[in-house]
Amino acid sequence: MTMIGLEIHCQLTNLESKLFCSCKANYREFKINENICPVCMGLPGSLPRLNQEAVKKATIIAMALNCTTPEKIAFFRKNYFYPDSPKNFQITQLNIYGDTSVGGAGSIMVGDKKIRITRIQLEEDPGRLIYEGSSSKNQITLVDYNRAGTPLVEIVTEPDFETPKEVRDFLNILSDVLTNLGVANPSLEGAMRADANVSIEGGKKVEIKNIGSFHDLEKATHFEITRQESLHSRDIEIIQETRHWDDKRKITVSSRSKEEELDYRYFLEGDIPWIKMDSAIHTKLQSEMPESISSKKERYVSKYNIPTQVADVLSSDKYYSDLFEASHTESNAKEVANIITTDLMGLVDTREKREASKFTATHLKELADSVQSGKIARNSSKNALHEILKTGKDLSTVVKEMDLGNVSDESELSAIITQVILEESQAVEQAKSNPQTINYLVGKVMQKTKGKADPALTLDLLKKQIGI
Amino acid sequence: MNLKISALEYVQEVKTGNISAEDFVAKTIERIQNVDDKLNAFLTVNETSVDQAREIDKKIKSGYKVGDCFGMPISIKDNICIKDSKTTCASKMLENYISPYDATVISKLKQQDAIFVGKVNMDEFAMGLTTEFSAYGPSKNPWNNDYVPGGSSGGSAVSVSAFECVASLGSDTGGSVRNPASFCSTVGYKPTYGLISRYGLISYANSIEQIGPLTRTVKDTAFMLNMIAGLDSNDNTTIDNKNEDYLSGIESGIEGKKIGIIKEMIGEGIDPKILSATKNAISKLENLGAICEEISLDMVKYSVAAYYTITATEAGSNLARFDNLRYGYDFPLEGYEFNSYISKARCNFGPEVTRRLIIGGFVPSTGHAGKYFSKALKVKMKLTKEIDKIFKKFDLLVAPTVPILPFKLGEKIDDPVSLFLVDINTVTANLTGKPSISVPFANSNGLPIGIQLMADSLNDKLLLQAGYALEQTVSLPEVPL
Repeated sequence: MTMIGLEIHCQLTNLESKLFCSCKANYREFKINENICPVCMGLPGSLPRLNQEAVKKATIIAMALNCTTPEKIAFFRKNYFYPDSPKNFQITQLNIYGDTSVGGAGSIMVGDKKIRITRIQLEEDPGRLIYEGSSSKNQITLVDYNRAGTPLVEIVTEPDFETPKEVRDFLNILSDVLTNLGVANPSLEGAMRADANVSIEGGKKVEIKNIGSFHDLEKATHFEITRQESLHSRDIEIIQETRHWDDKRKITVSSRSKEEELDYRYFLEGDIPWIKMDSAIHTKLQSEMPESISSKKERYVSKYNIPTQVADVLSSDKYYSDLFEASHTESNAKEVANIITTDLMGLVDTREKREASKFTATHLKELADSVQSGKIARNSSKNALHEILKTGKDLSTVVKEMDLGNVSDESELSAIITQVILEESQAVEQAKSNPQTINYLVGKVMQKTKGKADPALTLDLLKKQIGI
Repeated sequence: MNLKISALEYVQEVKTGNISAEDFVAKTIERIQNVDDKLNAFLTVNETSVDQAREIDKKIKSGYKVGDCFGMPISIKDNICIKDSKTTCASKMLENYISPYDATVISKLKQQDAIFVGKVNMDEFAMGLTTEFSAYGPSKNPWNNDYVPGGSSGGSAVSVSAFECVASLGSDTGGSVRNPASFCSTVGYKPTYGLISRYGLISYANSIEQIGPLTRTVKDTAFMLNMIAGLDSNDNTTIDNKNEDYLSGIESGIEGKKIGIIKEMIGEGIDPKILSATKNAISKLENLGAICEEISLDMVKYSVAAYYTITATEAGSNLARFDNLRYGYDFPLEGYEFNSYISKARCNFGPEVTRRLIIGGFVPSTGHAGKYFSKALKVKMKLTKEIDKIFKKFDLLVAPTVPILPFKLGEKIDDPVSLFLVDINTVTANLTGKPSISVPFANSNGLPIGIQLMADSLNDKLLLQAGYALEQTVSLPEVPL
């Protein structure tokens, strides 16, 4: 049986500052080595100053993934020499001397399958290596420490995945959960990285390190399973080793360094005292947690009668569910959900498009209300939406400028209807005997008004003029 | 100009206008120039000291508010960072290292208008108790230049004892303030763990060490604590001392206090002269109204072994950052890859540091931690339990600071194990986090003897009261310099 386990590193990108100093957690905006200070550079004499907010956010993640949360948490030093690590040790968490990391055993449902979480730990991200030079001979390594000390949550799973598809589904759910919690933006470059442990029936465990995106994680596990199966079919032994994911060639490559032989000499980080996390703190954090995706979904279905599939899509994406929450009323909820899932999603399907759009919840509310009250036809609303996304103008301006408003002036509409009755005498007679066929006449009125006639009013006036 | 005044006297004299800060600081610099060739206490002398003192005099004259130190010349151990000045830890590894920031104790003292006349010598990275492990040569004991001044804060003790400054800051990981204070006849103080911020103190064994003052009198130590103690947001291990005034009530005495005499610290291996001085101190304490009683701290017999295991482990981690990539000394990268470069660059550590780093790589490693590091932590825990139990019945504990007299330069340098044992009486305070003071008490043929007192955590005030009371019972000779 194929077994895959994951170690996911997720930056807490929504935090203001780094884990142990006041440099920015959002290092991406800075020029090389400008988001640094004595603490994150590990300068002699500097000490870590724990970001309490990071502890809270990490604990919230643990609670959302149904993990146990200990009463006291501690930090440990993981000792190893590497140029991206300014202190040559990493401050991290560990459960070997009792459960002291932010989260213990937990689980998350992926479809009908339960994926077990081993533990969740809070730690610091190292700096970033930049390689320059064309050949390996004249290659030089530069280090950018802007990232060093960024708060990172490591989520370790049991080897519960059997296929790369399950891995992918899990990551999508996890990504939605983290976004919904407001702790991270997984779509930022480098915000989510992972290592994977892969083994097939009869083979040893192979660790794949350095997978830089969720998309690649699925590919890497797929590649690795195929590689191992191919070895197995030729009776070649699968050895226990560490492999690296080659981002460019999309293959795994055996690491020459013997990482598994490193002795990290873990011991307690004395510069950070134990942190009490009693039940009062947990209760408080629980109360501050945003509503979960599943609870939102249930509410959308039961309260607004939104179809399950629509509710599912709406609740799992924080951007859309936030829009929904901010724009819906008791009466327009279904229409708002409709506009989001049928029109908006196709128009802002990337983060860049969302950020570039000038669309607000107010726009959405007005649009839904107008459709519902018949001020604007469903067809026209899509055009209006498109224009609003581009320009950010209010609905009334857009409707006027693009002439999208419904013809709801009774005399104007009556005149058009009179004309249609004259032109379509045969259909009028038919409608008198079979009222169902009146829709044909409505269609004709729509043709003449380019779809802008208020449908309800049109029907009313038609019936009146024909006398049915 | 009399340089042989205490910190409190200095403040009084400058405040009242009897002396100017400029004159005093200029004379202090002159003194350093005259005697330090022989003593080697200073690694760097601050050339701008006199100018700074002149500015303070101006402020006093024009009625501006002046900080409580009034330009007092202070020396700083070279493992405490002062912005824009060299901080070498007496190591070749940091030969050219200039700190870009101030330690918390330094910014606090700057706010109080102290003047840092220089950075003083120490054993490399504070590992040693003689200053002989300084990469820049040993300091000499002002009482007899053939003798070691103690360590690792040897430069601090020498500079205070030889009137090259009024007070000094050292650091105490296992006795590094109290040991040289005892050897040079100054007061040396190791506060409750967390009382003084370590931000800007270059870590050796961060879970047990503290910055501490070395001064001429116990009152001066209380004054220095008033300047530098208290909560610091840059050091998560600091504790809130509620702005305690350590000088107020310092003369309250120790009438009725119960003092335990630690049996294990006056036993085998103690110099008879030290033993008789200790007995004398005990009877003086009794004369002051204290009730003294012999007690046993069984774990003391394992304390030195535990101390060296824990400190080596932490040092192995704390000193890992010195890979010469981001700062350090001049050593070009060409021709090396990362591992070979740092191996080569780290050869610049001296012999004692290297020895402890090797031990520090071994004792906490997989397969050996259970036998060494974990056991050491157990000793630390048990010792703390034992001493906490004793402090339920006793207010203070007493012992000689060092069980032997100062010894000659070179005498023990090739015998690390016998050097380690000199720490036997001082490491307990570090392993348990308790405050401890060394008070100059006797003199044996020109060699100083200090007495050590300990109190329970956060009882620093009581400890200073007791130290002051003991200090008042003796009159000691002046340094023959």
